[in-house]
Amino acid sequence: MVTTAPVLPREKSSIPATSGKRPFSFRRWFAATGWRHLVGIAMIVFSVFPLLYVLSASLNPNGTLLQSNGLFSAIGFDNYATLFNSPQQPYAAWFMNTLVIGITTSIGTVFLGALAAYCFSRMRFTGRRIGLLSLLIVQIFPQLLAVVAIFLLLTTLGDIFPVLGLDNQIALIMVYLGGALGVNTYLMYGFFNTVPSSLDEAAKLDGAGHARIFFTIILRLVAPILAVVGLLSFIATTNDFVISSVVLVTPEKQTLAVGLYQFVSQEFTSNWGVFAAGAVLAALPVMALFLYLQKYIVSGLTAGAVK
Amino acid sequence: MSTGTQPTGTSPKVAESKRSKRAGRIADHASGGVVALLVKIGLLAVVDAIAVYALFILFLKQDWVIFAIVVVFTAAINIIYFSKRMLPAKYLAPGLVFLLIFQVFVIGYTAYISVTNYGTGHNSTKDDAVTSLIQSAQYRVPDSATYDLAIVEQLGTFNFLVTDPDGDVLLGNTDTPLDEVSGADMSGGKAVGLAGYNTLNFADIISNQDQIAAMTVQVSDDPNDGALRTPDGSSAYLYLSTLSFDEAADTMTNTETGVVYADTGNGAFTSADGEELLPGWSVVVGADNYTKAFTDESIRGPLLSVTLWTFAFALLSVATTFVLGLFLAIVFNDMRMRGRKFYRVLMILPYAFPGFLGALVWAGMLNQDFGFVNLTLFGGADIPWLTNEWLAKGSILFVNLWLGFPYMFLVCTGALQSIPDELQEAARMDGANPWQVFRRIKFPLLLVSIAPLLIASFAFNFNNFNLIYMLTNGGPRDASASINVGGSDILISMVYKVAFVGANRDYGLASAFSIIIFLIVAIIAVVSFRQTKALEDLN
Repeated sequence: MVTTAPVLPREKSSIPATSGKRPFSFRRWFAATGWRHLVGIAMIVFSVFPLLYVLSASLNPNGTLLQSNGLFSAIGFDNYATLFNSPQQPYAAWFMNTLVIGITTSIGTVFLGALAAYCFSRMRFTGRRIGLLSLLIVQIFPQLLAVVAIFLLLTTLGDIFPVLGLDNQIALIMVYLGGALGVNTYLMYGFFNTVPSSLDEAAKLDGAGHARIFFTIILRLVAPILAVVGLLSFIATTNDFVISSVVLVTPEKQTLAVGLYQFVSQEFTSNWGVFAAGAVLAALPVMALFLYLQKYIVSGLTAGAVK
Repeated sequence: MSTGTQPTGTSPKVAESKRSKRAGRIADHASGGVVALLVKIGLLAVVDAIAVYALFILFLKQDWVIFAIVVVFTAAINIIYFSKRMLPAKYLAPGLVFLLIFQVFVIGYTAYISVTNYGTGHNSTKDDAVTSLIQSAQYRVPDSATYDLAIVEQLGTFNFLVTDPDGDVLLGNTDTPLDEVSGADMSGGKAVGLAGYNTLNFADIISNQDQIAAMTVQVSDDPNDGALRTPDGSSAYLYLSTLSFDEAADTMTNTETGVVYADTGNGAFTSADGEELLPGWSVVVGADNYTKAFTDESIRGPLLSVTLWTFAFALLSVATTFVLGLFLAIVFNDMRMRGRKFYRVLMILPYAFPGFLGALVWAGMLNQDFGFVNLTLFGGADIPWLTNEWLAKGSILFVNLWLGFPYMFLVCTGALQSIPDELQEAARMDGANPWQVFRRIKFPLLLVSIAPLLIASFAFNFNNFNLIYMLTNGGPRDASASINVGGSDILISMVYKVAFVGANRDYGLASAFSIIIFLIVAIIAVVSFRQTKALEDLN
């Protein structure tokens, strides 16, 4: 991809007054853009190599860590077959669990966050400022730190209502929804404020109530931020290990992060190929979605770093 | 939190008249159709039905604290949604319920746990500890009577249906002691079934063998009376315990040796010479966990070094990713260069790759014995990338650079492109060289928009559990420490390991660490809020 086309330098002083088209000079080209390609190539090697490595490991039928070092030395789909056929690692179940938990959580987060953001952005009430402030302050203490308390709380609740107990995905989703207000609400609050309130007022004059204004007008106008928050929440949920590893115990109920980690850490070297296959399959949809929605994510990320 | 439906944007000086309030209410009323009303009532009905069901169960379990909480929450929700006022609350309530329980309450609960000795051996209440101590010391009474037994199941719970030597039929399970029942199906003087229960056949018993063999059914409310156990699922025997509990004196006595264990307030029965009977129960131990964390050298040392490394890790991660990201943003922000999109897409791939998988892949590549880096790149070297303390720290920073630089690249590119070209041209006209343009003009402008993201990135890395745990598992283990902590652990991974990894789990100490982290983070936040004056923007 290194291009060798000569480029017109911007500095007028360097253009010789006599010639119309200058002869190609490698040195000038290199000083202007050539070295940038060198940096680019080096960075591509750095960023892409581990991904190629894991792809090659997943395709290597021998499947141990040692034998994965010969990149693309053997090609086969044995690891992928093992992945779905051995009962000790219910990969398909992990995959589905991750999807279900991630999607439910992100829909819930978007909905709860949008309700709160609408309230803060459009209504004036006593305690509004305090409310916004305390949302910010509560975020200082991430749920991650309270994992022991969450574990013990679910243990207690589980004795009374098994649905809210340990090893239950509904309980996990509810724990995640505890973090729905917070950073997300702030993201949305900022975006809601950019929607002119004259729209609401016009609708109100036409006889629309608050619920109708929210569901039929505002929600449509803020769709981009809803997508961003939903996606960020989905990514955060998928990447969560701490809380999900504590809550979900039975292998069939676990998520990819917990299942794959426990699977590979048991027998690190011999399970490598199968793990690699699982990693490739898990990463592909996420990466495809990410690259497809790149523009939106980046705009959302500038509002709150997550990685 | 309750005033009417005033829209924003209207000048606050114009006081909302009664008429406009009324008009707003009428508009609200008119716009909500029948369907919306039905949906609202339907949802509330579902919530109330669940609440009533929960209250019923809580009433049966006699759990009055949670009972009261459910009553309060349900009442609040009904009032909010049936009232014509409290519009903001209608929008805030759903999120608040979750926030209060799973974020606010758990913070308080963490503080409470941090002053208890909750953990392995101190898991439950005193009653549970007494029962389980007596059960664990059980032995079969020699020559005791044989009870005829049928295993019956109801709602997934196994019960013993026992016919005692006198011919009385009794029913009980692990949680409820034996009690006499009538109307059992008899066969040959032995009860074999009961209305409302399914009798397990031989095959069922075989397939649930372990669960049935582990059952102990108390003969009466008093655990000292002994319990029934079954080796085969068809006959049960009386088991007595070598420990006997004296409720009046609050002591546990070993009937074989005669040693008396007393409740000394430490959450376990302790003999005169200091021997503890475990399991015990959890008790409030006051500031013990905090005192331990700050005075016990084998904990204070690791806590201090882990805290320092957490700060170093978070700062260096932000610095390295930012420097590389900014450098790349500048390099690829040249319009003359071709193929910039191509480079850009390939370079952000690590960012699109799920973080925990990235860390695991690198853990494989950096493996000392079989990893790609040692065997192929370094030609068979034996470098302990992840098991030497300093190399492990270096590897963590390196891998985090791989994971994090694309983010900084993306945001820096965005920030650079939003700086107007005129500034640059004006500077060049005034004779500034490219370095001066960057240093004096672009960089300060860039920092304005990037600084909040750097703080956010610091906060994220401060608790970047996945990277540490998946890459090095916090290792190498610190041998001088009395807790499960390693050289490359950060605070959050230390909390997790103390609480959930290994045989000796100490929830109390882990929670005390959590609270300490909370205080550290709170102090940083207060300082940085003061600096950025972020709170003043809230309106």
